[in-house]
Amino acid sequence: MAWISFLAALIPLNGYGHYLHWGVINISVANFIVIVLMVVTFVAALLLPFPGRSRRKESK
Amino acid sequence: MSTSIDQQWTTRLRRKVAGKLPPEKLLPDTQPAYVSSWIYVFGVTTMSALAVVIGSGLILSLRGPQWWHESSIGHFVNSLHLWSVEIFFFAMVVHLWGKFFMGAWRGGRTATWMTGVVTFLASIATAFTGYASQSNFDSQWITTQAKDGINSTGAGAFFNVLNLGQMLMWHIVLLPLAAVALTALHVLLVRIKGVVPPYEDKVGEAQ
Repeated sequence: MAWISFLAALIPLNGYGHYLHWGVINISVANFIVIVLMVVTFVAALLLPFPGRSRRKESK
Repeated sequence: MSTSIDQQWTTRLRRKVAGKLPPEKLLPDTQPAYVSSWIYVFGVTTMSALAVVIGSGLILSLRGPQWWHESSIGHFVNSLHLWSVEIFFFAMVVHLWGKFFMGAWRGGRTATWMTGVVTFLASIATAFTGYASQSNFDSQWITTQAKDGINSTGAGAFFNVLNLGQMLMWHIVLLPLAAVALTALHVLLVRIKGVVPPYEDKVGEAQ
């Protein structure tokens, strides 16, 4: 089980949260990362080729 | 000439349902070519995450708070419940963005869009009551912070966030029933009306 402790030590989750401030905007780093990941996923979903798409077009 | 059997509500309901949603529409063999894009996978990702949320929630309800706070397996199932909720909302928001930019309410799909909106709101309430039901310092902090905001709306008269028993019942009975029923209705409407075509596909839109 030592490897689990090692993984847990990589990202300490028991401390105080970190926050970002831009003027009136105040957001936790965790929430900011999730929003960035959602935007990246959305853009990737639009741009990445879908498996079998070209095959479908050829068969039409 | 209609017989008395034709007048029965069961007969009329069956004919109406079969007319609106024949089996080949309910479980179609193929999808339109424009569905071959990653942006269309987030609806089913949301539903898959919802299945894990419900499954892990059922296990948590079997064993109770002491188990999920103190045992290793309880911690694991508790984490599974939390992270499946994270994936549920993550996928639902990307699904929402995709459908917004597709104008997914077009072609008589207003009810599909609106059931999605209400499902999103019900899911937020479900998640909130879940955070309020953790029975730890985190839930105490969240509920004491939320009570003033909710009381200022007047909803505090029947929705008391400091009442753990009430929050737990909302979280494990009322709101999951609403979220699952709304999701089912949303999916049935997608099956009835079909997946919204891209803007340039006028032929598909007319169907």
